[in-house]
This record gives sequence, C-alpha cells and structure tokens, in this order.
Amino acid sequence: MALTRKVRLTPNGEIGIMIEAESVTPDSFAGKSESELREIAVWQGPREVPLSEFFDLEAWDEDGDGTVEILIDGDASRVKRIGQGMTKGKIEISGSAGMHLGSEMAGGEILVRGNAGPWAGMNMRGGRIEVFGDVGDHTGSAYRGSWRGMSGGNILVHGNARSQLGGGMSGGEIVVDGSVENFCGIRQSGGVILVKKDAVRGVGAEMIGGSIAVLGRILQFTPGFVASGSEKEPALGERKIEGEFAKFVGDYAIAKNPKGALYVREGMA
Amino acid sequence: MPTMVVKNGSVFDPLNGIDGEVMDVFIKDGKVVTNLSSSELKRAEVIDARGKIVMPGGVDSHAHVAGAKVNAGRQMRPEDHIGSVRSRTDIAHSGSGYTVPSVYKQGYDYSAMGYTTVFEAAMPPLEARHTHEEMRSTPMLDMGAYIVLGNNWFLMRYFHQGEIEKAAAYVAWMMKTHKAYGIKCVNPAGVENWGWGKNVHSLDEPNIHFEVTAREVIHGLAEVNEILGMPISLHLHANNLGHPGNWEITKDSLAVASEVSPSQKMNVEWAETKVDPHRTQSVYLAHAQFNAYGGTSWRDFKSGADELAKYVNKADHVVIDNGAVPFGPATCMTGDGPSIHDLYVLAGIGGQKWSNTDIELECGSGVIPFTYLKGSPISAIQWAIGLEMLLLVDDPWKTIMTTDHPNGGVFTKYPQVIAWLMSRRARDDTAAECHKWGYDRSSLGGVEREMSLFEIAILTRANAAKTIGMAHRKGHLGAGADGDVAVYDIDPERFNPDDYEKIIRAFGKAAYTIKDGQVVSRQGEIVAIPEVRRYYCEPKVDEGLAKDMMADVREWFKYYTLGFANYPVPEKYLRNPEPIVVNGAEGGC
Repeated sequence: MALTRKVRLTPNGEIGIMIEAESVTPDSFAGKSESELREIAVWQGPREVPLSEFFDLEAWDEDGDGTVEILIDGDASRVKRIGQGMTKGKIEISGSAGMHLGSEMAGGEILVRGNAGPWAGMNMRGGRIEVFGDVGDHTGSAYRGSWRGMSGGNILVHGNARSQLGGGMSGGEIVVDGSVENFCGIRQSGGVILVKKDAVRGVGAEMIGGSIAVLGRILQFTPGFVASGSEKEPALGERKIEGEFAKFVGDYAIAKNPKGALYVREGMA
Repeated sequence: MPTMVVKNGSVFDPLNGIDGEVMDVFIKDGKVVTNLSSSELKRAEVIDARGKIVMPGGVDSHAHVAGAKVNAGRQMRPEDHIGSVRSRTDIAHSGSGYTVPSVYKQGYDYSAMGYTTVFEAAMPPLEARHTHEEMRSTPMLDMGAYIVLGNNWFLMRYFHQGEIEKAAAYVAWMMKTHKAYGIKCVNPAGVENWGWGKNVHSLDEPNIHFEVTAREVIHGLAEVNEILGMPISLHLHANNLGHPGNWEITKDSLAVASEVSPSQKMNVEWAETKVDPHRTQSVYLAHAQFNAYGGTSWRDFKSGADELAKYVNKADHVVIDNGAVPFGPATCMTGDGPSIHDLYVLAGIGGQKWSNTDIELECGSGVIPFTYLKGSPISAIQWAIGLEMLLLVDDPWKTIMTTDHPNGGVFTKYPQVIAWLMSRRARDDTAAECHKWGYDRSSLGGVEREMSLFEIAILTRANAAKTIGMAHRKGHLGAGADGDVAVYDIDPERFNPDDYEKIIRAFGKAAYTIKDGQVVSRQGEIVAIPEVRRYYCEPKVDEGLAKDMMADVREWFKYYTLGFANYPVPEKYLRNPEPIVVNGAEGGC
C-alpha cells in the first residue's frame, strides 16, 4: 500500500511584501522530510526566505496513492505562484490564493475554498483547478504577449471571473458558474468556455476556433460574428448544454474563415 | 595594463595571411605586439591554446542591437523574455530576451561567442540619443552605429537640386551631431513614399514631393561617402526587400555604386597587416538574403542567389553580408516600414501584432515578430538563399556572415550558420528536415564548397572589420591591433567537417574571449567586465559650405517637433567616445 504524504501549512502571521512560492508544489515537496520542507525557499522581493518564516508546517503520511497533498490552512492571498508547473498531487487552500495559482500546471488538482487572484491556470496544459469563490483577470489565459495559452486541463469557478478569461486558449475546458467581464475567450483557437451567467462585452473577440457558450446575457455583442442558425442542446466539447441556442461563428474581423463557435440562449443575444 | 601571451594556438589571421600556423600571440598594454621582453614574459598572463584555434575577436558589422526599434521589439514581446533568462552573477547583471535581449544579456551573449565588436545597423537621427543610451549600457563590446539617411528630406532636396557638396556638408554635420559612424541607406526614396501609404518599386520612379529616385539617392550617398572619405562605404538596404524577383533591382542598385570609386581618408594609426586593410568597396549590401529572391510571386518563389552572386563575382566594388535564416523565432525590425507592412499582410492571418513608425523628416521604422519554420516552403528557401549568398560568391573578401539579427534569426545562431558553411553534411541533414523547396528551388543542394577555418575568420572578423573601416585596429592580430582574441576549442589536426555538432559547440562558447588583453569570458562564463569604446566619425568639410548648409537646415527645422538645441547628441551619451577624424587637413591614410 502506497503512502500519501500530507503537508499542512498554517499561516503564522501577516505577509508584508507578497511572496512568490513556485516551490510550493507536490512535485517539489515529494520525498522531503518535515525539516527539509520548512527550509524550502520562497522569494520575497529580492531575497529568498525559508517557507517556515511564513507558515507553520506539519507533515505526516497516510495510506493513499503515493502522491503529495498540501493543505494551506488559512489565507494565502498574498502568496503568488502556488502550484506553478505542478504535474501531480493535490493542493487545497482553505482561504484565498494569490496571483498565478497553478500557472503552467500540467497535472494534479488544486482546490481553493476562497478566491483566486489573476492569472490562475496561465498556460495550463493539464490537471484541474476548482475555485469556490471568484477569480481575477486572465484566468486560464496566455502569458502576456503570447498568442497561445491554456492547451489542456479544467478550470471550474463557482463564483465570477473578470476579464480575458481563457485568452489564447487552444484546448481544455473552463466553466464559470457566475458571470464574466470583458473579452472572455479573446484569441481562442480551441477548447471550451462555458459561462453560466452574464458577460459584459468582447466575448470571443479575435477567436478562430473552439467554443464559447454564455447562458445569461451578453451586454455588448462582438461585431465580427455572424448568425449561423440555432441548435438544441448543442455539444460544447464533451458536454451537452440544455436549451435552445442561437449559434454565431467568428471572429470575421480577424480571419477569413474562422471556426470559433459562440452559443447564446435564444432570446438573450 | 594587461600583458598576455596566447601560447601555441593554431592562429587564423587572414589580414596577416596566417592560416593555422601554430604560434604565440603577444599583447602588451592592451595591444598586440610582435614579442615581449623576458621580464615582461615573466609577469605576463599565459593562456594555453595548444590544440585550439586562435582568431581575432569577432566583429559583427550588421546587427540591430540598440535604439528605438529594438526597444519597441522588447516592449511588444514579453513572451520573448519569459523563457530566456540570464541570472546575475557577482560581476554580471541579470537579463532576459531571446530575439530581442536586454542590453546586458546581449553584450554577455556576444562575448561568450568570442565577439568583441558590434555595429548597430540602423540609427535614425531622431533616435540617436536612445541608441547611444542603450549602447552606453551594453557591456563587453566596442560599438558604433550607422545613421539612416536614405529618405532624409534635406538630402533628397540636395540630390534633386544636384547640390552634392552641400549634401556632403550635411552628412558630415549629421555624423558629428549624432555621433554616428557610417551612412545607412534603407529603401531609398521608398520610405518617404510610405508616409503616404505608398512605396517605390523601381530605381527610376521619382518619389512624392521630392521627385527624387532611388538611383539618385544611392548614387548621391555613395558619392557623398567618398567625398568625405568615410571609413565604411555606403551601407545599402536595397529597394523591394522581401519581394519575390527582387534580385534584379538589387543587382541594378549595386551597379549604381560602381560609378563611384572608394576613397577612405581617415586620420588614424594603422596597425600592421600583410594584406591592404583599406576597404575596396563603394557599396556594402546589407542582408543579401532578403534581396536575392527569384520568381514572380510566393507561388513560384525561388532563390535568385545564383544570379546575384554571379554579379557580385564580377563586381569589385561590392561587399555583402548574408542575413542568414537559421530557423526559429525572429523579430523583424527595419527602417523599411513598408516591407514590415508587407510581412504583416503575408503572415497576418489571425491579426498578428506589429508596429510602424514615421520618423518626421528622416525615415521610418517597422517591427513584427516572425517565426521561420523548417516545414514552411518559403522559410526553407530563405534558409538556402542565406547560405548560397556566401557559398556562391567565390572571393570570401566580398562576404560577411550575419543573420541581420534579429531579422533572419538571432545572433546566438552564428555557430549554427558557421557549421552549415563548413559542412556539406550539416546542410544536407538540415535540408532533409526542411520543406523540399529548400533544395528544390535553390542551387544549395549542388554546392560542394565547405569553407575553411581561414575563410570563416574572414567572414566573421577580418572582412567585417575591413569593410567597415575598422581594420586599423580590429579584425586581425598584427602589431598595434587591439588585443581582442577569441580562442575556440577546435583542434585543426583532428578537424572533421562532418562532425558539425562539434563546430556548433566550439563557436557557441569560446574557450577564451580576450578583449584589450584581458580574459573577459571563459567557456561562456563572463569573468571580467572590460572598458568599452564607442566609435563615431568627425568628417571635415569647408567652413563656408557648412555655413550655407546650416542655413538650409535652420530653414526646414521648423518642420521638426523638437527644438534645434535638443537635436544633437552630447558626447556624455557615449562611453569612452572615440571620434575618428575623416578627411582631415592632415590627410590621413
């Protein structure tokens, strides 16, 4: 029977300058003793500081699947880059997470009970991020300046997302139970975005592939899309969405023969 | 000051006719000397170069490394920086960027490859301050910059009116005012038209308002260059760059300069060389690859390099650099705004980001990210043309190796380009990975030539220095030359061109890079930060003529958006400025 390594990090005070904790991943925690884990370095401004300066740490083994599970028991909204590049294991945060949560993540799972800052799941390739609260701008988006972002994996947001959700997305799935703001799915070329409530404007701007469905209202519709009939229970990737939908194809503002599909509930567009 | 012996290396010093001879190189007070006294030898630093090759420090005569368009490239490409990072060390700064690295990283990366001298290819006059500010912060390298004059209002007016002496006085004033080194001419007459959304596509098409043709601009600038006696000849970025079938206008443009005789009149001390170190060309064509295209469209696109090379082989007044395409990411940047627009339209599926700038009375500029893919038929042909332009020109003293960094590719790919020039197998192996048009639509597949280390030394230092007029101190190891030396880990006794990965490794990280007699990098690691110099020209002209010319400048200065007093670049912008007096009363050479 394999043992699962469990590590609990409990914030031990206020964090001043935000810390960058790309070293907090199941991958880098694997095989380390409790004292070694305390010494893992995180960046605070220009200096490297041991993790134990910000967190009390306990580690123990339980029967399980041989992976590492990290529990951050409290608020980590001033901690950036948690789970960056992780390939396996699990991170659970009982509070909120800072910027760049799970960016460039390739596998494993991250669960956030509170909110997540901007850039969660940036350039994500695989794995799963679930946020029970809201997420910031650029969730599941491409790095600044780049045309290709998230290529695989799943992001599930139970609250609202802000602007540029899934920018440059080429694969994977993002589901937002709440609403989004501007330019959701900008430059999308593949993958699926489902928004269960409303969007402000620019949905699917410059998209050439992939699918977006908005179940609520879109305040200002993107001009480069053309109507392409209606569909009942259209398929959004592997997911079927209930109801009657108007289908639009675009963005003709940017490409001659775009394949981006935008679904809006009949009567809502 | 450092005293040094580089012992027992196989020396390749083409300007002194040394072809692999095992010998020692002596440096005293930062300069190459023929020998050292026994007491000097005792305290000299000794570099053991046994089983290695020794060359003069590398000289890059054409790269885009400083100024507004380079920085525009940096600003518009954060994604170019995230994956390419250099950490700080005790003596070196951190830096980032692959195709458009930060100034520090750029200096270190060049030095790691054995380069000590790099010239910025295009400095718009109004961006001269910016260019010098970036050069001031670039470590490891001696530098200078060519000033862009091919669409300058004052000069076009003088050429139209046939006032060549006043044009020369203006150019002389611009060199001093902006601390510039040489004349660069980009898409003559065409960039001015681009201000009106147009271009010129032949040598004899008068442009808007100024009614001056590309032929008149090329001829005028070449003539001005030789009236002044500049170190470097006219440096030409020809018309129709990047267009299928442009090899013909390129050939015709070079022919225009054949009517002008080279005349280098610099007031400098010349280090000793066996070969005449004076330039013999009246035109130096930039990045020939982009101007050696055959066909009539992208559908029947093919190499035109054999035709252009035929012309260069016959012409004694031409030097070219190739602007190789080594595949991979690039950032195209040039003073040729319309050519960047053409590239945007061509590659613009999906609305790619790009930038274009009009530079008032002077020129223009454009920047666009671009990736050359082995699977792309066009890229494969461009790769072939870049190599053909060096391999089909018989006399290596007519060629210089560049990638037109970062247009054809990044300068850190130079070792790869050297491997293709030296190894037929390297070319065949790459051609096999490429779209078949690479070999099918060029003559490269039939080229047997494999360059020697001696020829590589010509293409990467000796001729670069000679062509730009720096051979009085750079590009060779004769007595009096700067003590700039590169030692590479290649044993000429066991050299096998088929083992080209070894060539790439050796030229990628010099065993030693020595600048002014000091080891500055070792196996790619920066070990010392040397003093660096900035070269510019101070041409002398008749004072009465200069006065008349200044009256013209003041008359039109009202069209600038800045005041006259803010136009010049003060010398404090330059680190260790080294003015070169040109056409001085003392006569010079």
